[in-house]
Formats: sequence, C-alpha cells, structure tokens
Amino acid sequence: MAYTSVRAGAEAIAAAERLIQSPGLENGEALLELRQVRNQFRAAVDQIMGEGGLYAPDLAALALRQAEGDMAEAAFMLRAYRSTLPRLGYAHPVRGDEMEVVRRISSAFRDIPGGQLLGRTRDYTQRLLDLDRQTANAFVAPERSENGHAPAPNGAGSWSGYAKKVSDTMRAMGLIPPLVDQTAEPDDITRHSMRFPVRRPAWLQGLARGETGALVCLAYSALRGYGGGDHGTIADLRVGDLPLRVTHPFTNQPLTIGTYRVTECEMTGREKPPATAAGNGHHQPAMYGLSYGLVFGQNERKAISMSVLDSALMAGAGGGEENPAPANDQEMVLSNTDGIESFGFVEHLKLPHFVTFGSGLQVTEQLNLAAATPANGHGPGPAEDVDDEFR
Amino acid sequence: MSAPGHTLPAAAVETAALPGYNYAFLDELSKKAIRRATLKAVAIPGYQVPFGSRELPIARGWGTGGLQLTLSLIGPGDVVKVIDQGADDSVNAVNIRRLIERTAPDVTTTTETAAATIIQSRHRIPELKLRADQIMIYQVPLPEPLRVIERREAETRRMHGEADYSRMWVALYEDIVRNGRITRAAGYPVLVHHRHIMSPSPVPRWDLPPLHMAENLSLYGAGREKRIYAIPPFTDVAPLAFDDYPFAVEAFPGRRCALCGSETTFLVPTPDEHGQSYDVCSDTDWCAANRQQKASEA
Amino acid sequence: MTALASPARSHHAAPAAETVAPGVVLAVRDMTKLYGPGCPECLRQTGPAVNRTTCPVCGTVVACAEITFDLKAGATLGIVGESGSGKTTVLRCLYGDTGPTTGVATLLTLGQPGRDLFTLDPQDRRRVRNFDIGMVYQTPRQGLRFSISAGGNVAERLLAAEWRQIKRIRDRAAELLDRMEVPLSRMDDMPANFSGGMQQRVQIAKALANEPVILLLDEMTSGLDVSVQAGVLDLVQEIQHESNIAVIVVSHDLGVIRLLSDTAMVMKNGCIVERGVTDQILEDPRHPYTQLLVSSVNS
Ligand SMILES: Nc1ncnc2c1ncn2[C@@H]1O[C@H](COP(=O)(O)OP(=O)(O)OP(=O)(O)O)[C@@H](O)[C@H]1O
Ligand SMILES: [Mg+2]
Ligand SMILES: [Zn+2]
Repeated sequence: MAYTSVRAGAEAIAAAERLIQSPGLENGEALLELRQVRNQFRAAVDQIMGEGGLYAPDLAALALRQAEGDMAEAAFMLRAYRSTLPRLGYAHPVRGDEMEVVRRISSAFRDIPGGQLLGRTRDYTQRLLDLDRQTANAFVAPERSENGHAPAPNGAGSWSGYAKKVSDTMRAMGLIPPLVDQTAEPDDITRHSMRFPVRRPAWLQGLARGETGALVCLAYSALRGYGGGDHGTIADLRVGDLPLRVTHPFTNQPLTIGTYRVTECEMTGREKPPATAAGNGHHQPAMYGLSYGLVFGQNERKAISMSVLDSALMAGAGGGEENPAPANDQEMVLSNTDGIESFGFVEHLKLPHFVTFGSGLQVTEQLNLAAATPANGHGPGPAEDVDDEFR
Repeated sequence: MSAPGHTLPAAAVETAALPGYNYAFLDELSKKAIRRATLKAVAIPGYQVPFGSRELPIARGWGTGGLQLTLSLIGPGDVVKVIDQGADDSVNAVNIRRLIERTAPDVTTTTETAAATIIQSRHRIPELKLRADQIMIYQVPLPEPLRVIERREAETRRMHGEADYSRMWVALYEDIVRNGRITRAAGYPVLVHHRHIMSPSPVPRWDLPPLHMAENLSLYGAGREKRIYAIPPFTDVAPLAFDDYPFAVEAFPGRRCALCGSETTFLVPTPDEHGQSYDVCSDTDWCAANRQQKASEA
Repeated sequence: MTALASPARSHHAAPAAETVAPGVVLAVRDMTKLYGPGCPECLRQTGPAVNRTTCPVCGTVVACAEITFDLKAGATLGIVGESGSGKTTVLRCLYGDTGPTTGVATLLTLGQPGRDLFTLDPQDRRRVRNFDIGMVYQTPRQGLRFSISAGGNVAERLLAAEWRQIKRIRDRAAELLDRMEVPLSRMDDMPANFSGGMQQRVQIAKALANEPVILLLDEMTSGLDVSVQAGVLDLVQEIQHESNIAVIVVSHDLGVIRLLSDTAMVMKNGCIVERGVTDQILEDPRHPYTQLLVSSVNS
C-alpha cells in the first residue's frame, strides 16, 4: 500500500499498530515477565535508562520488551515518557565516594587505597558462545545474589563497599589541582537548549544522555589521534549505588529516598600547558588533569568514552583552533550524539517529501532547459565595457 | 487561541483521555515554558528563540517542534487541522492528529482549512488565504538558514546579531554566476521585518508570497534543534533576491490538477504505471472543495 | 569595552570632536591590547626599555601598549617595526577583528558625530567595517574566502553595502579587478588557483570596493617578487593621488614606507618609540632601534 496520499491513512496506521502489538510469539508462548527482562537483559536496560535520561528499571524493561529489543526505540519511549513528568525539584549533589561499590578498578596504580574489586565483568572472560547452554533449562542459577558484595578485594580482609577516590589520593600527592567549590548553579540542558559554546556542566549532561555507540565512536577517534593526544589513564572506574537525596518538603531536611546504580569513570592525563603561557618562559607547575564520566547503570564503555570526550572537550574549549578535530568540537560532539535526535532525523527520511522534491525537480528542469539553449545559458557574464573612471 | 487551563498536573491527569498522561501530553509547566519562548519569538520576528525542547511520543525530526507549539497552545474549543505535504490524510499527519485527539479530548480536529483555529503543517501552507483568528504552525527540520554557509552556531548567532548577511548573499551571487539563476528550491530563505534572515521551513517557494503581510500568526517549531521563531501578523517578509534576478515561485505552465482541474494551485507530479506522470493539488482539502463546488455548479 | 585588568597608567575618555585637529578621520588614544589575564605590572614590566613583550609577573602578552595617533584624510601613515612589535595588532583592533583591552578610537566621518569604534554596538561596528574601513591582510588567506570566486570576494563587500543588482555588482567588481590588473577572464575563478600576487591584488580590490574612508594595508607586498611588488605599490600610489582616502601602511620594509607614507611611526615591543615625518625619521633617526633599522638597510 502506498504510504502517502493514502486515502485511508488512519486505517493503515491502525493496521501497522496491530502488527507491532503482537510480538513474534509462537505457539502460545508467554510474554517475558518484566522481571525477567530487567534481570536477564541488564546491560540493555541500563543503556536504555542512560540514553533515555530516566532512572526507571521497570519502565526501561517495559520499553525494551515493547520495542522488541530495539534499543533506540526503547530509549526514545522512556525519554518521551519522561517529558510528561513535571519537574518538581532537584536532588542534592552527591560525592562519588559515597557510592556503595560493587566493582572498582584503577589502571593508574598497582595498589590503591581501598583496593581493586574486579566484581562482575566480562573483561577477562573468553567470549565463547555457550553452545551447550542453548536451552534455558541447562542453565544453573548462581548461588550468590547480585547485591551481596561479598567478595573481598584482592583477597584483602574486609571490604566495606565504600572506597576513597584515587583522585583524592592524587590530589594529596599534589598531582592534580585541588577541588574548587562550584557554587554556580549548573545548566539544565533539559530545560534550556544549549547555546554554543556551552560550559562543562552542560556538556557533561549532554554526554551522559548520549547514545553509547556515538560516544564510543567519537572517543575512539580521539584515542586514535583525532584531537586526543596521549590517551588518558583510568584513575577510578567504579560501578555501584549512589544515594538519592532530596529535601523533605515539610521538615526541610535532607532525606535519602533510594539508591541508583551508576558507572563512574575518572580519567587522568597530563595537561597541556595553557596556550598563552607557552614559550614565554613563564612556567606553571606541571599538572595532571581529571576528566569525568557518569552514566546510569553499568555501562563502562559509555562512562569511559564520556570521560575521554570530556577531556577532549576541555582541550577544545579554549577555541582558537580553526578546524578542530571532531572530538574537540563541542558543537560536533553534542549536536550529533543524542541518539533520540539522530535516529529520529535519519529515519524521518522515510516521510513523504514530494513537495520539496517536486520543487527541486522544477529547478532541475529549468536548469536543463537553460543548458539546452546556450544563448541564455550560464552566468550573467562579466561587464564588457569597464568604466575607466575610478572612484 | 483559547487559553489552556492552568490546572495543576495532578488534577489535569484526571481529565486526560489517555490514562497516566496530562492534558495535551506535556505537563503544564513545560507548556508554560514553551509559550514564554513563543511570546519572545513573536516579539522579535524571524529571530530563533532557543527553548528547552521536550521529547514527545513522536520521533525527533517527525514534527516534534510544531507539535510542542500546538500542544502548548490548544485548549477547549480549538479546532485543529494537521497536514503533511498539504495532505490531511498523510500518515504522519494522521498520527499527529491522533495524538492530539487522544490527549486533548475537548479539542476538535478538522480537515477543513476555514474551520481550523490552529493548523499544523509540514512543508505546505493551505491554498486558502488564512484569517487573523487562525494560527499557522510549521514543523521545522533545520531552523538555521545560515547553516548551509556556516556550520558553527556561535558564528551564525553572531552573524544574525550583527545582521552580517553578506556571506549569504554571496552564496546567491555565486549560484547565479555558476547556474545563471538562483537554484534554491524549497526552504528558500526570507528576510523578515527587514532584519532577520529566516528559514520558512521546507515549504515550496509557492508558499512564500502569502507570508508577506499575512493576517495570521505563523509559528515555527524545531524540536530536535530546539528553536522557536515566528512571523507576527502584518509583517514584511521578503525572499532573498536581486533586482535583476527576482524571486520566482514554481510555475506549472499548461498543467492542471488531474482531480479537480485547478490551474492555480501548487501541483505535485505523480508518476503512473506507464512511466507517465500526472499532476494533482498538494492541498487535498482545497482540491476536494474545488471538486465539490464544481459538482454542485454542474 | 571593559578592561580585563587595569594597566598601570591612566585611561583616557573619548576625545571630544573639537579637541581633534581638523581633517582627522581617526583619532586613536591609548589603545592597549593584552593577550592573557593581565596584571597591574603588565605595562611597567614590558616595552622597549626592558626589551620584553611578555609580562614576567603574569605571563600576559602586551601586543600593543598605549598607542596614540591621529590619521588625517588623504594622508598616509606608515608603521615600521620588528616582527612581533604589534603592528598587525594595531590594524586588527581598528578593523574590528579583535577588541583592544583598553583605549579609544574615534572615527570622524563626514556628516557624522565622532564615534568610538570600540564602544559601538556590534551591528554598527559591522557597518563601519563594511562601509568605512578596508583592510588588506598580511596573507591572502586571511583576507579572501577561498571557497568563493574572485568576483564573489569583491561582491561580498558590495552586498554588505546592500547592493542588490547583479549587473551593477559585476560591473563594479570587474572595474575594480581590471583596475588591479586581474584579468577579467579569471573573475569567476577561485582565488586558490591564482598566483600570490594576483591574490593580493584581489584583496586590494575587495578592500576598495566600497570606497572606504580608511584603508589598512598590512605587509601587502611581502612575499611578492620585486616586479609584482612595484606594480602593487604603483596602484596604491595612484589610489592615494586620485582620492582623499586615509591609509595606514604597515611594513618592515623601509623602502615601502618611504615610498607611500608622509608620516611614520616606529614600533618596538608593543610601543611607539619614534614618530614624525617619514623622510626625517629615515634621515635622522633618534631612537637607537630606529638607528639600527635604518643603518641595516643603508649598509
Ligand atoms: N591571538 C594571540 N594570542 C596571543 N598572542 C598574540 C596573539 N596575536 C598576536 N599575539 C602576540 O602579540 C604580539 C604582536 O603581534 P603582531 O602580530 O601584532 O606583530 P607584528 O608586528 O605584526 O609582527 P610581524 O611583523 O611578524 O607580522 C606578538 O608577540 C604576538 O605573538
Ligand atoms: Mg604582522
Ligand atoms: Zn486539485
């Protein structure tokens, strides 16, 4: 059926809707329980929450099931739902070291205060398809519950679940500049559209909602030399739960109302000396910089990419570069990595364009007509008789 | 435009037809923020006002800017018409209209241009002249007319601020030098109120003359790009052109609508199975009315 | 323009029109441009006396410091000085590529009250740049758009001045290019395909398109061979004779300065170290740096 000028557009839509409402269930198969989706497709659910910009595991699972595994669609549904919710307040800022950690590594040092905790990761496993586990009943449930952070780090005696930041240690060693208190309210990119150049809080928010694949692509380009320089070193990569703290509406006291799982990445790298101070014999102490990534759920790939891009954007923030590498260019990074926007616009090409196409067709016809009659063909031609009088 | 109820979100939920969703989908605070941006846009004709664009259950790039304008404005008593390429029954128009119907049950929808208080459109203006009590809302994919010559937003913003448009004009000059004419087709840039260069959204050139000194308010919404702009009623709108290379709309010499016989409307070519092509009005409502009138005269 | 830091010495207010000598089109007072954070020591710790441009306290580059001069209609002012002495900075501030840190530059055009270039709103500043001042940059890349034709480059200035007839625009562009001895057959070619001398001549045509009151020429002949140089200099001289245009010509080449300018200033480390009638400066230089400059040419 033609999709434009359909006399029965509404009917066609209704039919399409009926088709997507019944996922490919065969032989009376049961729909997956949301609990099953949430627990067995954890990575997908986490990624959807991050890109959808809403921490809601059950809704993300619902979106994933409804979208039949289409991650972009699922993140989009969550984002659209989010915009129906009134913004009633802001949570209190929390520090990363308040995190109850379930996994935590640092590649900067062999041993770190608090210790390394490998936790739940595929990093050092062999990616072999479990061909002998193709049927569900061949699977044996693990003994340990996922939240019981039982194992001790590196065999160390006690593991509280909380750990000091490697960056704090580095600060104590004088390697990175002291923290400055940020009193200015950060921008809220969901309430005010970005106007370039934007400040760091705005780009961190943009990256946190960015599409995982897009961030990986640009971060990778930076690591390969398109605007990256030396690649940084992970000071702290941790996965765990942060407290959600709000002001109690009646008592006005801070109140913890829940926790949310995040991946946090702090990346350190040698700073380039500021451009203006270069080459004038005016030396500043050599410092390491710290870049940051924080995403919902366990999505280490995205958190690392975010911190790589944060570093690249800080390097590019001075401007001056006439043709910055993509990763150094705020507008390039932030305007092109939102998955909801990019997939929407790419797919809008499916919409009818016959009016614009027809209008273009006309111009083409006229150009071809003009080309066929050379007399009034190309260009207005330069003036023949140049006036001698000047000025 | 009738004023939407300023009910609290919680109370509004109960009146919505779609359980769990607010009246006209967006929460009231969001609608207010959008209306504030709209007011600013009306105050500075042709200037792109940034706004905190909300995600809608319609994909980005599929009319979310126009739809946010519509949703922030509609209230009881409004009559809404939605068209895509001039057609009320184009699937995307149908889908947008359905969302409005589902979330704002006391708003009526129509296909009849004259009956509408708000017309949301993609790529066309109805052929029928609009009245002062009607609002035209355009879906805008790329609000920045200067992007074709300058991709950095900080720079295009400076250019607008200083009315530094010579590079845009040079682009047209170069077009003429290379091609003997200005080859821009749809989305032809216009100068609004002698001040801002504006993208009229990808409407054909055919639709630009009616914008000049129009009686109705025109609102432009770019959801993905997060900009709102406007042409208030009775505003000067001039397509960029030269004295000796004047602006020209699409011409359809010797062609007429295969359905209603019209020779005075914007026609779209439609190929048939034999490799031939016939033309029909892009404005389906106008075409139907024309046919009806001819039938009643006969 | 708000100062990032207050340099040590005083900051003059805009000179009232009557305090300026008759015939002056541009009165520049205490124009200072800092690159960097700036500190109270910047101006004291830099300059020819200490032979430094970078402030040892805060690392700021003092690109030009307290530049003051008058430019008269029909006159040509030369600026000489070693590389990095701030010559280009002076021109870029006046043209509006960058704003000075402090200072005033009053433009006195016919029938207009004196206007301080540095406090104009951006739209008016743009108009001054489009109508009243023309600039030829040190390198053609800075002054031309290489993605549009030579004719388009000249046309851009005319379009900025609201010319809206293609025929007139092309006639005028052709007239200017012809005048600059750029073959008209190349008018619609891209400047990237031109020789360096041709590019520079297109730049001059562009700068002159709107008959500016002031023309700024930055090392326009460096990088050109001697015969092309002579041709370009002839052109500029002709323009000077035919019109009442005021010109600032920057060059490290004393020959160019001698040929084109009536009065001249010598810059070193961001400061003016000597000024006066060009011939006098060249015959009888006072400042040791100028003496060195002149002797190195004469020897
Ligand atoms: N954008 C900038 N940032 C920092 N310093 C700058 C900048 N532009 C110029 N400078 C510095 O200002 C000083 C003056 O530079 P300017 O270009 O005016 O010198 P110049 O006299 O034109 O030199 P040349 O003869 O080499 O062209 C130099 O020390 C230069 O390094
Ligand atoms: Mg220079
Ligand atoms: Zn018809």
